[in-house]
Amino acid sequence: MSTATKSTAHAPAPLTAVWLVVEGLWAWYRRNWRSSAVSSVLEPVLFLLALGFGFGSQIQPSAATGGLDYVAYLAPALVVASAVQTSAFEATYPVLAAFKWKRTFIGIASTPVAPAQIAYGQLLWIALRVAVSSTAFLVIATVLGAVTSVGVVGSLLVAVLTAMAFAAPVVAYSATLETEGQQFTAIFRFVVVPMTVFAGTFFPVDQLPVWVRPLVWVTPMWHGTELSRAAAFGTGELLAVLGHLLFLGALVVLGARFAVRTFTRRLEV
Amino acid sequence: MVAETVVHGGGLRDGALVRARGLAKRFGDFEAVRGIDLDVRPGEAFGFLGPNGAGKSSTMRMVSCVSPRTGGDLTVLGMDPHTQGPAIRARLGVVPQQDNLDNELTVRQNLHVYGRYFGLSKAHVRAKAVELLEFAQLVDRADDEVEPLSGGMKRRLTIARSLINDPQLLLLDEPTTGLDPQARHLLWDRLFRLRQQGVTLIITTHYMDEAEQLCDRLVVMDGGKIVAEGSPGELIARYCSREVLELRFTTDKPDAAAIDGLADRVEVLPDRLLLYTADGEASLAAAHQRGLAPASSLVRRGTLEDVFLRLTGRTLVD
Ligand SMILES: Nc1ncnc2c1ncn2[C@@H]1O[C@H](COP(=O)(O)OP(=O)(O)OP(=O)(O)O)[C@@H](O)[C@H]1O
Ligand SMILES: [Mg+2]
Repeated sequence: MSTATKSTAHAPAPLTAVWLVVEGLWAWYRRNWRSSAVSSVLEPVLFLLALGFGFGSQIQPSAATGGLDYVAYLAPALVVASAVQTSAFEATYPVLAAFKWKRTFIGIASTPVAPAQIAYGQLLWIALRVAVSSTAFLVIATVLGAVTSVGVVGSLLVAVLTAMAFAAPVVAYSATLETEGQQFTAIFRFVVVPMTVFAGTFFPVDQLPVWVRPLVWVTPMWHGTELSRAAAFGTGELLAVLGHLLFLGALVVLGARFAVRTFTRRLEV
Repeated sequence: MVAETVVHGGGLRDGALVRARGLAKRFGDFEAVRGIDLDVRPGEAFGFLGPNGAGKSSTMRMVSCVSPRTGGDLTVLGMDPHTQGPAIRARLGVVPQQDNLDNELTVRQNLHVYGRYFGLSKAHVRAKAVELLEFAQLVDRADDEVEPLSGGMKRRLTIARSLINDPQLLLLDEPTTGLDPQARHLLWDRLFRLRQQGVTLIITTHYMDEAEQLCDRLVVMDGGKIVAEGSPGELIARYCSREVLELRFTTDKPDAAAIDGLADRVEVLPDRLLLYTADGEASLAAAHQRGLAPASSLVRRGTLEDVFLRLTGRTLVD
């Protein structure tokens, strides 16, 4: 034990600590990325092909599609929907596993890294993970000719923001669970899927019955979809854009603070 | 006049690495630790004995600065866990009762990733990992996933991991529970080496031989309180006799009158009688003289196990 260099162990600076948590999650992901990368990139590409090009060939450009081909109308929304789906998965099972089955967060809690830093690290990890798969999707969509302008870079940022607006509160919630009853299945079945189907990804929300619309307005996905199309097509109105950003930003901030609280409660018992 | 020793630059008063006064832990209405006093001195191996639920792990978790105390005072390495948790944890090694290795990473990756949380550079962690793999005799398995390793190997890896930051104080919660005798002896050997290097150890265990082997000083906990404290030898001298005579009866055990006066104290267990006495052979002769006919008898030295039994009214196996 005497040969190695002298220890310089210390509590890392807060941002470094957050980054180290990301590094730890990446160490696992690097060995196990294939299946989840496939589903988070290939799946939206298949949707784009089947619905955008296939089904879309039957749809005339109209006011509802902003005068665009259906596939061009769909692509900026699909990146948001797919980002939310990926983030929802990353915010549920892996988080509970890190507390309960693998107990890796319990292990980190004995190091100088604090519970709040673990929470922020987990969130940052999801954001990076979503950013990478959304970029991959958009590159493929561009190659396929579904992207109309460089405004799509804005769509990428919006996709990450929307994904985090959804994931942050879910991460917080996952940290409170003792077992996987049916909670995660319920989140997917009753929140993620209906949101994807009805919150403006595939058709404008004003096609929905009046009484359903308010339900759609409180979903992060609707705000994200609106923003993403505004960015991609350059059709944004300042006030609407600010409103969407504020809504999504507030969810991220509140969700993150809530996650810090639930992580701390879980780890400091 | 002896000057107060200041160890490793921390602001340590009276040289204690861990100092607790009236330390308490409450979970809701339930008080798991009910006001205990501790002083763990630099370089010693300090043990916690106690039956299941005594509050050993709860205490260990408070000392390792992951579980906030709910009462009393605690300083670890001269600092208060409430305000300086991360700084203290940077200098501790923790082996929890339940392993929390990442089973899907390799042995070596577990060390690398964990070491980084202590602010250590990648190069440092890599070099240190090589050294620790050697120490834990895991060189052959270094690049295998953790999942299929045996319990003993995982435990050794957990201990190796706890040393990645060259801790000043190592906390081991039941380090050898569930290991076969060979694995236990290997771990004891490793812990002994650490002690020789000046690492202070705090150990909980259910094994009396482990406590006798490893600990300079120990406390017996029961129901959240410390019921005895001292070196293994002191505890045996104080709570036990020099020798113990064990008598087994296949038929009915003799009644109280028949054994009265044969020993200082008699413990009646389901399968045998324990007679605490200064001279076991003499007591056995006296028992025979009274016409007692045990199926078998054994004279042995008093042990920590006897102390434990007396203090907690329980055998260790449950
Ligand atoms: N997080 C918790 N919430 C509620 N009660 C707890 C919690 N942790 C421990 N306890 C209770 O506190 C008491 C002491 O537990 P602790 O784990 O400290 O005992 P122990 O001495 O380590 O026992 P063992 O030898 O079984 O490991 C037990 O009754 C346990 O049920
Ligand atoms: Mg315990």
